Amino acid sequence: MDYITWRSIYTVIVFVLFIGIGVWAFSKARKKSFDEAANSIFEEDELDRSQQNDTKQESKNNE
Amino acid sequence: MSQTSPQQIEYNLKVVRQFAIMTVIWGIIGMALGVWIAAQLIWPELNFDTPWLTYSRLRPLHTNAVIFAFGTSALMGTSFYIVQKTCRTRLFSDKLAAFVFWSWQTVIVLAVITLPLGLTSSKEYAELEWPIDILIALSWIAYVMVFFGTLVKRRTSHIYVANWFYGGFIITIAVLHIVNSMVLPVSLTKSYSVYAGAVDAMVQWWYGHNAVGFLLTAGFLGMMYYFVPKQAERPVYSYRLSVVHFWALIGLYIWAGPHHLHYTALPDWAQSLGMVMSVILFVPSWGGMINGIMTLSGAWHKLKTDPILRFLIVSLSFYGMSTFEGPMMAIKSVNALSHYTDWTIGHVHSGALGWVAMITIGSLYYLIPRLWGQTQMHSVRWINIHFWLHTIGVVLYIVALWISGVMQGLMWRAVNAEDGTLTYSFVESVEASYPFWFIRFVGGLFIVTGMILMAVNCYRTIRAGKPTVETINVAPREAATHSA
Ligand code: HEM
Ligand code: HEM
Repeated sequence: MDYITWRSIYTVIVFVLFIGIGVWAFSKARKKSFDEAANSIFEEDELDRSQQNDTKQESKNNE
Repeated sequence: MSQTSPQQIEYNLKVVRQFAIMTVIWGIIGMALGVWIAAQLIWPELNFDTPWLTYSRLRPLHTNAVIFAFGTSALMGTSFYIVQKTCRTRLFSDKLAAFVFWSWQTVIVLAVITLPLGLTSSKEYAELEWPIDILIALSWIAYVMVFFGTLVKRRTSHIYVANWFYGGFIITIAVLHIVNSMVLPVSLTKSYSVYAGAVDAMVQWWYGHNAVGFLLTAGFLGMMYYFVPKQAERPVYSYRLSVVHFWALIGLYIWAGPHHLHYTALPDWAQSLGMVMSVILFVPSWGGMINGIMTLSGAWHKLKTDPILRFLIVSLSFYGMSTFEGPMMAIKSVNALSHYTDWTIGHVHSGALGWVAMITIGSLYYLIPRLWGQTQMHSVRWINIHFWLHTIGVVLYIVALWISGVMQGLMWRAVNAEDGTLTYSFVESVEASYPFWFIRFVGGLFIVTGMILMAVNCYRTIRAGKPTVETINVAPREAATHSA
């Protein structure tokens, strides 16, 4: 296969892959696990906090 | 690790603390150097007739200090923090992590010594000579091992998106550095690139642009995807968008490098390809910006009271600005005006000072108290003052340079209608730039003042606390299945 043909096929593959990722990411089936993932960074706050150093580290935002 | 229940795992926060402190220190040094060279452009005497202090030697020292000392220390520290927290496990290896810290600081100290001595490979952002390049490679390989090793031993099923961005940044920089640093040494302090001519230029800007795209962008987006939701106390606006954002950014950035080589010996088709890819790059960039900013939707009031959040969100607006400006400058006809002028420098600093520095500063204000067993920084009011000092400084800097940049571009291309000779000599354009360079200098002073205030604030916070020891409980069942 010559260089140009290979590059053309490669471009199409990457394009299709990208559309695939888009469809996959926005499919209904992924919604639940993505919501969980998005919230996962907050779990540590409730779950397994066993803070030493006699200080608390929960919300401290300056409100 | 024993199987007693509940099993406790302690995070390695020591290395995070070390990087956090060095980030602040290198930030001050790197930006003070920026102010110094900005002053030298106005008052050339400031090189004190000393070869080591000439503009040509201090300028690369500035770029190395802000990108590799300040920026990369911030990335290494925050990535070690985030990867542990989101994977609920300790770093893969404490010894290797310590090696990453100490070897990286050694690299920087060597840069501080060799660059003023004039030892340079003369490739921008890759100036350091080959022995230091080898140390960089070793340090980076250790970094790869610690980061990915930690991902492998994670106790969660999903890998949080921030880690994807950090991972992309770490792998890409390893590849870029090794390929671009291929040289033939002729002595301990002198080497020649194995590439020649236009190929060397292309490899250099493939490196240069992707260093911008992966170090100054993807890495800091990782920071953004963790600290913005954390500080806003709400999950990221759209996790799906973040997934698409990641793949689009990774897929496109690699192709954009030729926009640094418009109208050069690089083949025309490569220039056009670089231009088109750069314009498309606008889309994922803004997708990411919107995703970050919209995380605050429904909680905009927090911006009024929380200066940390303000740092983070304003950094995203600067990110949006520079990623709008960049694609525009990548269009060949626009680049014909902007190239070689202060416009490029303005663009660089709207990205570097607006996006990179502000997201880092915001993240550090989040992190420092948590690393030293405090609930917040010593003075929130000072954070607010810092925010304004920095914002005013950046705005002064970039607005002044936009004006001078466009002015320079127009002056250079102006020709007299009757005989086609140039209307202005180069020196006239330099002279016309002085007022704007002075404004940049003043902006820089604001910014460095803010950084010093930050350092004092951090010092007080750290002195009032003591190093946090943070552990997590791992359920016995989970422990039995996951820890080997
Ligand atoms: C107080 C803050 C700063 C000041 C006053 C400053 C000043 C300067 C000056 C005067 C130059 C040389 C411009 C020229 O040759 O015409 C420069 C270049 C540069 N600075 Fe800064 N700087 C600052 C902060 C930063 C930060 C935080 C970063 C990155 C994170 C950064 C990245 C760069 C880069 C990459 C260049 C080279 C640009 C190019 O070659 O196109 N600077 N800076
Ligand atoms: C979509 C995103 C972006 C595009 C398409 C883009 C495009 C460009 C273009 C066309 C130039 C001028 C090249 C020249 O004429 O020499 C440039 C320079 C530069 N940009 Fe960007 N930019 C983008 C985002 C960013 C961001 C977010 C940052 C930083 C944090 C950044 C940092 C730089 C630097 C450091 C240079 C100067 C390189 C040098 O000549 O030394 N860019 N960019």
